[in-house]
Amino acid sequence: MTIDASGASPELVQLLTPEGERVEHPDYDIDLTPEEIRSLYRDLVLVRRIDLEAVALQRQGELGIWASLLGQEAAQIGSGRALTDADMAFPTYREHGVAWCRDVDPVKLLGLFRGVNHGGWDPKEHNFHLYTIVIGSQTLHAVGYAMGIQRDDASAATIVYFGDGATSQGDVNESFIWASVFNAPIVFFCQNNQWAISEPLEKQTRIPLYRRASGFGFPGIRVDGNDVFACLAVTRKALEAARTGQGPTLIEAYTYRMGAHTTTDDPTRYRVASELEAWKLKDPIERVKAYLFKNEQGDQAFFDAVEAEADQLGADLRRRCLAMPDPEPLDIFDHVYREPHALIDQERAQFAAYLEGFEK
Amino acid sequence: MTVLSLSKALNEGMRKAMEDDPKVLIMGEDVGKLGGVFRVTDGLQKDFGEDRVIDTPLAESGIIGTAIGLALRGYRPVCEIQFDGFVFPAADQIITQLAKMPMRSLGAIKLPVVVRIPCGGGIGAVEHHSESPEAYFTHTAGLRVVACSNPADAYSMIQQAIRSDDPVLFFEPKRRYWEKADIDTSSTDWWAPLHSARTVRPGADVTVLAYGPMVKTCLEAATAAEDDGRSLEVIDLRSLNPLDEPVVMESVRRTGRVVVVHEAPVNSGFGAELAARITERCFYHLESPVLRVGGFSTPYPPSKLEEHYLPDLDRVLDAVDRTFGY
Ligand SMILES: Cc1ncc(C[n+]2csc(CCOP(=O)(O)OP(=O)(O)O)c2C)c(N)n1
Repeated sequence: MTIDASGASPELVQLLTPEGERVEHPDYDIDLTPEEIRSLYRDLVLVRRIDLEAVALQRQGELGIWASLLGQEAAQIGSGRALTDADMAFPTYREHGVAWCRDVDPVKLLGLFRGVNHGGWDPKEHNFHLYTIVIGSQTLHAVGYAMGIQRDDASAATIVYFGDGATSQGDVNESFIWASVFNAPIVFFCQNNQWAISEPLEKQTRIPLYRRASGFGFPGIRVDGNDVFACLAVTRKALEAARTGQGPTLIEAYTYRMGAHTTTDDPTRYRVASELEAWKLKDPIERVKAYLFKNEQGDQAFFDAVEAEADQLGADLRRRCLAMPDPEPLDIFDHVYREPHALIDQERAQFAAYLEGFEK
Repeated sequence: MTVLSLSKALNEGMRKAMEDDPKVLIMGEDVGKLGGVFRVTDGLQKDFGEDRVIDTPLAESGIIGTAIGLALRGYRPVCEIQFDGFVFPAADQIITQLAKMPMRSLGAIKLPVVVRIPCGGGIGAVEHHSESPEAYFTHTAGLRVVACSNPADAYSMIQQAIRSDDPVLFFEPKRRYWEKADIDTSSTDWWAPLHSARTVRPGADVTVLAYGPMVKTCLEAATAAEDDGRSLEVIDLRSLNPLDEPVVMESVRRTGRVVVVHEAPVNSGFGAELAARITERCFYHLESPVLRVGGFSTPYPPSKLEEHYLPDLDRVLDAVDRTFGY
């Protein structure tokens, strides 16, 4: 059995075609007001702008590296907007759109990539955990967190993000087992963007990823990851199932990484250009725009206003990125432990004395 | 003579090893078409095919575990761990299986597996991309642990590591990948044994012990120290397990002063092992305690701070000064 590489399988949940046509789905239909649709559109455009601005900042040497979400906006906004405040999200390093939905100040995302800190936001403040760079690690944390929710009898769920490559990791497979046997209130949200750096999906799996779930004993579903309506609908339902004691769901958002893996990657070494061209036709933003136009729910003034807001957001992000101060040398010793630690105190004092030696 | 960068020297070394022995395999994440994230395996898949240069699934435990199986079947896998911080998902297989299986079989099994690990900082990366995990592995019996510091050694040592019938952890100084040198690829006469240390700069006053990325830093410090009238002897350890003790001890007995330099945290680092061994063997020759220069007892900091965390020429010289203060 090989993979249906087109993703156009009958199982793929889609509510909005690439041409902007609304389609019905028996299980996942969703009622969205024009206002809500415009709001989703705005999110998509703004996170793309944040991303593009970050790429530009990296090119200008202001960030060490950046992992772009280009092409994955709908998967992230759709799933992110399905969350309630009480839900908890565990991201990888690419979930800038989910961070946006959780009201994390975008400039905070830049800190890690600029090299001024290793995270920089309080996960509790927005129920958005720190970025995780070691592939797959966060899936187990998310299950543990979900088990905590379960014990607290809280009306909340956990969502954890990871890529197609991550599904090969032991941790991810262990997290599936834990979630299943403990019936944890969790949604596994896999953004299958077809590539793990240079390795195509075929190097991680021989079956569609969503089908893995059945082997672990919970439902898996494949959604058009470039369709923000479908991502919202499917994630909402899965989260609701989790909150009401029905256990985990694996969502495979079938999408595409339109940019490079990160700014240090060179996709021309392993990827053919025609693939990208094909996916551009499925752009997550264009299809919502087409829908709004066709249904006269968004006029030019609206699109212009969003564009202007994006410009401003980009400029603001740039300004605040450049203003981000470099940390002080002695900051190295901060927060390593919560309680006083003799070795750290000693090393801090020694290093302070050493630095003072230069000033004299 | 050929001018090669350190990364290209590794590439050429692996190429030679693959030509010489059809059992040699390369495996890891992105090692094929991309040529690895540092391009160390560039072009090898094109020339040797996908069966010998294997793009693996994204799973480090899987890479080492299956390499063990391939080695049991007579192959000689050379595994790439993409970055130092990602060796930990593979640590279980390395520590509990790779290191111990040969002995458990009373010598019936050999596991000629090489685990290549780009290590150390100084490239402005995000977390988990700049670590120096060597001490975890020198602490594990059954593994050989080596670190190259320059293109010529990279070229010869990788071939020797691949030929070794034991598992070898092979540390590569990623911030030195782009440094170039003349290498004589036509003969092996100049090759030093894999587990020998080398005096890279003779001196009389202080023995400076280093390996991997810090060798160059220490050589620069030695040049600077000359201006203060101090003569530093710099030894590139090259092999951490086993350690070439005679070279180290002979030097220490001559100079009476030692500074050990590595990027990893000083606390429980490899320098502690060196200091203890030197104290045992050369106690009456020492003019001062063995001093260590290295990372702090903190996680590797964000890149804007790494210049403070990483030992540099000044910190080496500061330690040299202190050895004269006793
Ligand atoms: C354990 C581990 N191994 C290797 C890496 C290096 N690495 C970073 S991203 C990546 C590919 C990830 O692919 P995928 O999981 O599909 O997510 P994507 O980045 O495509 O969203 C790799 C190999 C890592 N970060 N962690």
